[in-house]
Amino acid sequence: MGLLSDPNRRRALINLLTRLNAPICGMPVDWLVKTMQARGLEVFTQSFSRTLPFPDENKERYMVKGTNVYGILRAPRAPRTEALVLSASCSPGDENNQAVGLLLGLAQYFRNQIYFAKDLIFLVNEHDLIGMQAWLEGYHHTNTTGMDWTPLHGRGGSIQAALSLELNSHVVTSLDLVLEGLNGQLPNLDLANLFYAFCQKLSVLCTIEGKLQRNDWDSVSGYSQAVQTMMLMVMKQASGRPWGDHGLFLRYHIEAATIKGINSFRQDKTDATTIGRLLEGMYRKLNNLLERLHQSYFFYLMPSLSNFVSIGYYMPAFGLLAVILLLRALDLWVQLVTPPPRNEERVNDIAQSCPGVLSILIPLVISHLTGVALYMLPVRFQEMAVEHFPVSETEAVVLTAIAVYTAGLALPHNTHRYSSEGTEQGWRVLKLVAVLYLAVLLGCTALINFSLGFILALTLVPVAAFVTPHVPKVLSAFALVFLSPACTLLFSVFFYQELQEMPVSFQDGWILYLSVISQGILDHYLYGSLVYPLIALLVYPCWLLFWNILFWK
Amino acid sequence: MAAHRCGFLPPLFILCALSVLTVTWTQETIPLGSHRAAAADSKPTDTKSVAQTTEQLAVEQRQWEATEVEEATSAAAAVSKQDNSSPEDVVQTSTPKPKDEFQEELVVRPLHSGDIYASFQFRTLWQTDFTRERKVSHYGLFPKSLGQVISKFSVRELHISFTQGYWRTMQWGQPFLSSPPGAELWVWFQDTVTDVDGTWKELANVLSGIFCASLNFIDSTNTVQPTASFKPLGIGNVTDHRFLRYATLPREIVCTENLTPWKKLLPCGTKAGLAVLLKSEKLFHSSFYSQAVHIRPVCQDWQCKTASWELRQTLNVVFDLHNSGQGKREWSLFKMFSRTLTEACPLASTSKIYIDVTDNPEGEQFELSPATALLSQAVVLGDRRTFSVYDLTQQITFGTVRSLNVLMRWKSSEGDMLRPLLHAERYVAGYGLQTGEIHTLMYNNHPYRSFPVLLLDSVPWYLRMYIHTLTVTSKGKDNKPSYIHYQPSKDRVRPHLLEMLVQLPPNSVTEVTVEFERALLKWTEYTPDPNHGFYVGSSVISSLVPSLVALDTNSTWQRPLFSTFFPCKEESSYFVRVYTEPLLVNLPTPDFSMPYNVICLTCTVVAVGYGSLYNLLTRTFQIEEPSPGLAKRLANIIRRMRGVPPL
Repeated sequence: MGLLSDPNRRRALINLLTRLNAPICGMPVDWLVKTMQARGLEVFTQSFSRTLPFPDENKERYMVKGTNVYGILRAPRAPRTEALVLSASCSPGDENNQAVGLLLGLAQYFRNQIYFAKDLIFLVNEHDLIGMQAWLEGYHHTNTTGMDWTPLHGRGGSIQAALSLELNSHVVTSLDLVLEGLNGQLPNLDLANLFYAFCQKLSVLCTIEGKLQRNDWDSVSGYSQAVQTMMLMVMKQASGRPWGDHGLFLRYHIEAATIKGINSFRQDKTDATTIGRLLEGMYRKLNNLLERLHQSYFFYLMPSLSNFVSIGYYMPAFGLLAVILLLRALDLWVQLVTPPPRNEERVNDIAQSCPGVLSILIPLVISHLTGVALYMLPVRFQEMAVEHFPVSETEAVVLTAIAVYTAGLALPHNTHRYSSEGTEQGWRVLKLVAVLYLAVLLGCTALINFSLGFILALTLVPVAAFVTPHVPKVLSAFALVFLSPACTLLFSVFFYQELQEMPVSFQDGWILYLSVISQGILDHYLYGSLVYPLIALLVYPCWLLFWNILFWK
Repeated sequence: MAAHRCGFLPPLFILCALSVLTVTWTQETIPLGSHRAAAADSKPTDTKSVAQTTEQLAVEQRQWEATEVEEATSAAAAVSKQDNSSPEDVVQTSTPKPKDEFQEELVVRPLHSGDIYASFQFRTLWQTDFTRERKVSHYGLFPKSLGQVISKFSVRELHISFTQGYWRTMQWGQPFLSSPPGAELWVWFQDTVTDVDGTWKELANVLSGIFCASLNFIDSTNTVQPTASFKPLGIGNVTDHRFLRYATLPREIVCTENLTPWKKLLPCGTKAGLAVLLKSEKLFHSSFYSQAVHIRPVCQDWQCKTASWELRQTLNVVFDLHNSGQGKREWSLFKMFSRTLTEACPLASTSKIYIDVTDNPEGEQFELSPATALLSQAVVLGDRRTFSVYDLTQQITFGTVRSLNVLMRWKSSEGDMLRPLLHAERYVAGYGLQTGEIHTLMYNNHPYRSFPVLLLDSVPWYLRMYIHTLTVTSKGKDNKPSYIHYQPSKDRVRPHLLEMLVQLPPNSVTEVTVEFERALLKWTEYTPDPNHGFYVGSSVISSLVPSLVALDTNSTWQRPLFSTFFPCKEESSYFVRVYTEPLLVNLPTPDFSMPYNVICLTCTVVAVGYGSLYNLLTRTFQIEEPSPGLAKRLANIIRRMRGVPPL
């Protein structure tokens, strides 16, 4: 029985390690600077530091300090107005070492070429996305997330396009293209087309979402493969997190993608030279661009690398879902304005026709306050939680979030304590407001991040349409909880694992679910991802309104 | 000599006017022994290579000092010394001169980064007055096309430059003559011109024709009248900025078609002299290329009784050794220009090649062949430089093979980045298409001295600058500019003009930021490639920078003590103009395929829907009689012939 058998002690030790975040083997900054200089680049460094709101247990980091190294290859006779970026993150260990090697090799090769018209920036970023965030904020001199970084001293003008490399072996069987960026933003489709065209040309196997393209479209298996690919893309896009180092470029209107080398057990291998040729081809094409990539689609879903579903095809599906809400709202409106059949109880009737503003306002305000609590409390009270419960900071945050979320379900009783007796008209008005609210919310979300909007619409629209105080309570309550955002997330985790052909047990799934929540919160604080505040501040309160209607008295 | 002005600290504006065109080559030439003697017995001196022992250096020093007085009056002193601040400072030759004169020279400087900088200067002097005599019709060396421009548009001074590429101050140090990427034109008109704007517009169009450039895009939206940054470089002290116009076209692409007309302005064309080297396929295979024309009036003699016109054509080019050398670190005239020299331009009074050998006193950095005995020292950009000189007018320079191909071989490797005393950079901060912020960073790397700089910013109207957000900070503190001139823009009429005099503290970075909003243009105002972005020209930083010579506090060791107590020397500060990089800014751009789709759709709807409706409403319907049969028609013809009414 060693030291680590006791879970509390083990946790304490992990805490200590993550707090120190001792760079066991940090990035070889000096070596990189020297090597890049020897290749004839103008080399600059940027150091940054960031304390995470709570320790990231997936990557084991809490207080992050690092240095980005970048070299600029100045194009001859170019006025420093445009640049292209090639980046590779350098992490301790040899997770991505081949990418850095390839990057340096390309830098040396490009230095001797005369055809470049845009400056080329070769960036080696430490601590993957955090370093990338620091570099991009430094380059554009913005500070959206409160990170500390030293200003940059060399620039190449406005960046036109960027590629990130992820390679951990010197031979690969296929190259995977990652497009999904922060908040579900996607680069212009032409970037994907460019990659596909060069893969075809050099006969390199290329995948998207890790799925090979099949030629038999009309067969059932081919079709299901395409559907799976597209579903994976929808799930990844809906998560709103950057799925590669390129993801943060998109905020700055820089078309970017990550190229990931995959080494499986397949026999045919592609060596680094071929990947280098592929990148050379892509960079020469990008170098020849007269304008930014803008001709092709920015909103699309891809069932395979050579096919896409454009916004014109998928938006109607969402539109049909949203119409349900609008029709329901119309129905409620009509019910509200038509005078009810004349009864003897006139007095009662008048009272019914004008429900107090308060009875609508109170549920609205209270549910939004719950949302604010869900947004604020987990990170604010982590220390207190750690003091009182035997949990780590990360667990504290996640469990507080779940606790606040669950506590919100108790609200109907509380709201009714303050408002007067709910009336028949009352819940109709509240539902009208809630339905319209949901329609606007989902509409806006779908415009920015279609996948997220669509998934939310799929789960929320049915409950929004059917819920009234008169439906069977227990069954409806179960359905409402089942289709609430938190459960949607849980199912999404299992569904995603299923799509990746890596099904997990419920136990593992639950752990994954907890880590997904913590990652989502971290993404918000580190990179400014909007999914967490959207869910906490808007979607969850809206769902609470429907919960409220179900328990209307 | 400029030494007369020692200890003289005039106010900044006058000093700016001093801004020497290239740089004052305050020079104390020249060879071992007198000019002619060196040429005559250069055989023995040739054998002594450039690499000298310290005793030899000392000997030379003595010889330079001894010849200094004499050199001041000799013709050689006039090579490129034009100090034009005030007439009495100007030194001219006392020998009788022809009415026009042509000089050519090439300076080659191996740069710190391992690149090669070649700077050509061609200077034509003509003692004439375009303004007084009504018509100048007989032209000798001076190009007629430019002479006519000067007299027709009453130009007093004209400076035009075409540049491809950005001068990398951090790697290359200061250029002899700086210029912004793209085209730059600034003109001082005579005060007799009444309609300056009209003349300016017309002049730009004429120059556009002469140089095959898009200068016709210069109009009121990119023209400004700087109040302090650009002072006349020639004689005359009129500084009323109403007669000054300044414009840049950052987007201008410079290529062969601009070089050819420029070369045609030279008296020898490209047939002889240094201009033989100007082959466009080599010049445009470089890291930086800049050509310029400067016209100004200068004094003809010591009393400045008569003025003459100076046309200075300069061409600066930086070759990338890394790209062309394939690893071998050597260059030669042939390698750079794919030509060697066989003769000087016969019309030229002087024709020289200067090779900067300052960093190479012992020959440990590179070796030079053929070796030359002529050495020259000059203070360039506040730094004392030593040059090897090849005089092309001397037959002996070309040796037995009758051609000169200067060759230089490196022995050491590339250096690190430089820390030039003054440099600047600029970028656009922020994201999104609504607002943004222009940051201008100015670095003063002098260890203990602060100096003022004049910053000129000309920003197009479609970036709506919020001038109240203007901040100037150095070392974390607010730095209040002592002079601000701001002219707000007018939409579609004129750009913003911002001029500031800022004191840069020693060893600091001064940051000037101003926020702007991106305007939404009318749809016809977008360029054909709106998604490329819109250019904002370089900002101009003009300054008197404390010189490196003055920075050397321990310089007394080789000088007479009486000359060195006060730190102020003739070279205590020098004029530098630094251009920042131009900016490329994206404006909110509509999807231009969308209007096209809408137009197509609307036209179809109009054509099909409205058209047919309109047709139905306006057409008058009448019953048409079925056409008569063939027999009936025949019968009618016959009846008509007979004069009987038809059936």
